[in-house]
Amino acid sequence: MEHQSQPAYKKINFPWLLTMAWRDSRRNRGRLLLFIASIIIGIAALVAIFSLGDNVRKDIDNQAKSLTGADLVIDNNRKPDEAIGRLIDSLGEERSVQCSFASMVYFKKSGGTRLVEVLALDGTYPYYGSFETIPAAAGRDFRNAQEALVDKTLMLQYNAQPGDTIQVGALDFRIAGTLTQAPGRTGISTTIAAPVYIPFRYLEQTGLLQKGSRFKYTYYFKYASANQLDRQLGAVKDTLEKAGWDHDTAESRKRQTSRQFDDLSKFLTLVGFIALLLGCIGIASSINIYVREKISSIAVLRCLGASGLQTFLIYLIQIIAIGFAGAVMGAVLGTAAGQLLPIVLKDLLPVNITTAISWGAIIKGVGLGVVISFLFGLLPLLSVRGISPLYTLRVSLESRSAWKDPARVLLSGIILLAVCLFARLQMEGWMQALLFTAGILAAFTFLTLAALLLRWTVRKFFPSRLGYVWRQGFSNLYRPNNQTILLVVTIGLGTLFIGTLYFVQGTLMNRVSLSASGNQSNMVLFDIQTGQKEGVAGIAKQFKLPLQQQVPIVTMRIEEINGKTADDARKDSTLRIPRRAYEGEIRVTYRDTLTGSEKLTAGKMEANGHRQGQPVYISLEKGWAEHIKAGIGDSILFNVQGALVPTVVGSLRDVDWQRVQTNFRVVFPSGVLENAPQFYVLVTRVPSREVSAAFQQSVVQQYPNISIIDLGLILQVLDEVLEKIGFVIRFMAGFSIITGLIVLIASVFVSKYQRMQESILLRTLGASRRQLFMIIMLEYFFLGALAAATGILLSLAGSWALAHFSFDAPFQPSWLPVVILFFAIAFLTIIIGLLNSRSVVNTPPLEILRKEV
Amino acid sequence: MERTVKHNTNKVNSILRVSNITKWYKTGSRQLTVLHNISFSVEEGSIVSIVGPSGSGKTTLLGLCAGLDHASSGSVMINGIVLDHLGEDERARIRNRYLGFIFQNFQLMPTLTALENVMVPLELRGEKNIRERAVILLEKVGLSERIHHYPAQLSGGEQQRVSIARAFSTNPKILFADEPTGNLDDETSDRIVRLLFDLNKEAGTTLIIVTHNPELAESTHRIIQLRGGHIVSDRPTGNAVLSA
Repeated sequence: MEHQSQPAYKKINFPWLLTMAWRDSRRNRGRLLLFIASIIIGIAALVAIFSLGDNVRKDIDNQAKSLTGADLVIDNNRKPDEAIGRLIDSLGEERSVQCSFASMVYFKKSGGTRLVEVLALDGTYPYYGSFETIPAAAGRDFRNAQEALVDKTLMLQYNAQPGDTIQVGALDFRIAGTLTQAPGRTGISTTIAAPVYIPFRYLEQTGLLQKGSRFKYTYYFKYASANQLDRQLGAVKDTLEKAGWDHDTAESRKRQTSRQFDDLSKFLTLVGFIALLLGCIGIASSINIYVREKISSIAVLRCLGASGLQTFLIYLIQIIAIGFAGAVMGAVLGTAAGQLLPIVLKDLLPVNITTAISWGAIIKGVGLGVVISFLFGLLPLLSVRGISPLYTLRVSLESRSAWKDPARVLLSGIILLAVCLFARLQMEGWMQALLFTAGILAAFTFLTLAALLLRWTVRKFFPSRLGYVWRQGFSNLYRPNNQTILLVVTIGLGTLFIGTLYFVQGTLMNRVSLSASGNQSNMVLFDIQTGQKEGVAGIAKQFKLPLQQQVPIVTMRIEEINGKTADDARKDSTLRIPRRAYEGEIRVTYRDTLTGSEKLTAGKMEANGHRQGQPVYISLEKGWAEHIKAGIGDSILFNVQGALVPTVVGSLRDVDWQRVQTNFRVVFPSGVLENAPQFYVLVTRVPSREVSAAFQQSVVQQYPNISIIDLGLILQVLDEVLEKIGFVIRFMAGFSIITGLIVLIASVFVSKYQRMQESILLRTLGASRRQLFMIIMLEYFFLGALAAATGILLSLAGSWALAHFSFDAPFQPSWLPVVILFFAIAFLTIIIGLLNSRSVVNTPPLEILRKEV
Repeated sequence: MERTVKHNTNKVNSILRVSNITKWYKTGSRQLTVLHNISFSVEEGSIVSIVGPSGSGKTTLLGLCAGLDHASSGSVMINGIVLDHLGEDERARIRNRYLGFIFQNFQLMPTLTALENVMVPLELRGEKNIRERAVILLEKVGLSERIHHYPAQLSGGEQQRVSIARAFSTNPKILFADEPTGNLDDETSDRIVRLLFDLNKEAGTTLIIVTHNPELAESTHRIIQLRGGHIVSDRPTGNAVLSA
């Protein structure tokens, strides 16, 4: 018989593939959408961050000049000398000066005292933007009278109103208005140091300009043109730098703010990306099950003559289409969430954030959604190629291991590479990106191994003596179509997230609150002048407070390290001495013994003080010594307020900075600095908030120049700051947690289909509803419990590593929340499992059977 | 042991020729042979039944004849085309062009309506006026009222009739039926068999039926009996063979 010609057979008929994809998905679209719901939240998170990024970058551009409030800003911790003074006079068309320092203020009406940042301002600053105040005119008018602008948090805390009186140093000021926003300041920065503005001309009269206090002088300049600014700055830049003055232009501040925002945005993007990755696991596993359920349809198509490529494309089109739909939904949700993010982030950014719709962000988000659902959906979809038409006659006996498929191995590699590339775009270097990818991979691997171990253990040590319900519940963990790995990985990752967030926040709070316990000091008074020392000690005794430390402090600067000046260090980069080593003002004490928070690591302290004719042997804190590249035997020349004092490094100390007490980088021996201008610090412990308030009030009224740090206040400030940052992180982590829940619901939903047939069979054979409920409950309890335990374990390990390596703090998690988290996750898994399965349990078997055919 | 009964092998108009096919599977370290050196030919337009006890290799043989699987050795030729060295996609094209299938469990695509199920093979060919032809076929099998129903909304017999309409939609040269009445009651079975035979008569399609049903087997033209992977008998039944 002659060979007949090949049939007229269309290889790829795209419209038909689209029609088939549409038809095939027809009765499963709801389920497909549920699978894809896993990525909706991840995409929403990213679109929200992308659009925030676009808006903030635009806002920074538009509000660049109001970040500095001037064209040029220069500042230093010293009053300008004559030469710099002349130079300042020659700069700009208009000029303002500001002197800022920490000081106590006293609210006369409420009697409250608090350490604030006092800013004494002269001139018409800000030249761009404005002080936002209530009433609005206060920001302009306060400088015309003896009036102050007071930060809104202070006004709220002390229940103050415009018109009230506030005492700054020895002088009273009328509160002109509430300051809601100052140029370039963020909500966080005002929480840490609440600002109080006063007119510069009253500074002298406050009596706060005494030696020992730390002042910062800032000059603001306005220029007629950018050219003029460039020309003048170019001419004076070197002189300013040599004298240790920092300079900042609107342009450089814009760059710096953009950089800071980029760091924040990259961090948030990574958090969002993790939510997306979590969703991808949901997609991969859901598509895997979807394909498994479609095996017989695929086999029929193959039997009827469809090629492997055609069948593969029919399903790929479905995944891309549903991925696109999910990404569009995510983008819509993300754009809506993008309207909320500015509210969440307003305290972290120095610009007013607008909330325009960013089409760029939407396109990026949708593109990412399609690519990611394509990549992760493709992984299980590859198996479609291998489905034989023989399935129509019988279930195939031979199944090839997925990992023997080179296409699958290649695709897994591409996915890892894509994750790494995305991480690289958000991080500084390849090393970090690789570590991030490795970290994600390690978490996945660890959770998968835990799931495999559970399956193996249950199988190996099967509790065959237990009752039927227990046996069935246990065996569901390893029997075909089990969801053990999927559920353990998704629930485990969610738990890991929640746990880590909780523990890290706890560690940071512990670090401070630990100091508040026992008999440790909780109040520090500084800037006590020599003549005030006895008086302050007297007040402390009057309040029955212990004088735990009374330490003299002398301020100085480094002139030379091993004979090298700041100029030498700048010219010779091989010295590797940081510029800051010479610039900063160092606070030094003198004594001959170690304190409880110090340990000698090298050399020895001068036990009997300095002896005339001998070199001055000083002791340095070990970390700081490394920073300034100084070791035992090295010489350091100090400038003690004009007098040059040569010293030799005699010892190095380890210092526990976490204790509330005076700790010093440099300790001189006694007998050197006694006659230098100095002030004292007093450390004590107040028993209660009431005593603290009364004591502070008494000190501030008699000695207004003295500043008081109350540990209670630090805790409160830290709590507020952590709360603000924590809110942002929780908001972002919320995306991951919701994704985790959706993946959990989708997984449990899918597993319902897996268990449907046997549940029907069990019911037909006479299993009661209670028995079925118990079986389902046990299975999900084991899964939830293992996932929660593994996730908590991983988060404990991760948080320990963060505490140990990043925060250098002891890691002491409280166990009650761990137990609560464990049971909450396990309980949630059971609830979702039972809710999803109730239709199987409650509906007559035949009804389900007919519906699910 | 060679027990092949050479029947019709010399006829020139063989639509299917099976020569010395053997099929074995590897199970662990053991090799399980399910078909041993099977050879036979099928005349165009004839109705052949393959019978035998469970596990005798009937379905495996059907799968090999229809190009759904590769033989471990031996050769299968359909309408003069040797399948042995063709890839899966090439065999898919042969199936679409020359073969039709009916399965015991109907194998309709659950997400497609009856009409769409019948249209799929024609669509795969890229043919025209598909819808009209599919409607006519469904009318022929008595389902004109149910063309927009999904398989889950049809009874077993109705599903099998859709399956028959689908199988005949491409005017196949050979129609393979694996236990076509296995899931149906007696009355429905009779109707399905009558329908199959009528369509065979009308279109001249060769029918190869795997069945346990002795009555059905006796109503075909020829019975090939398998046992333990061997053909133990191959005999005509006395019913007249249609000329192609």
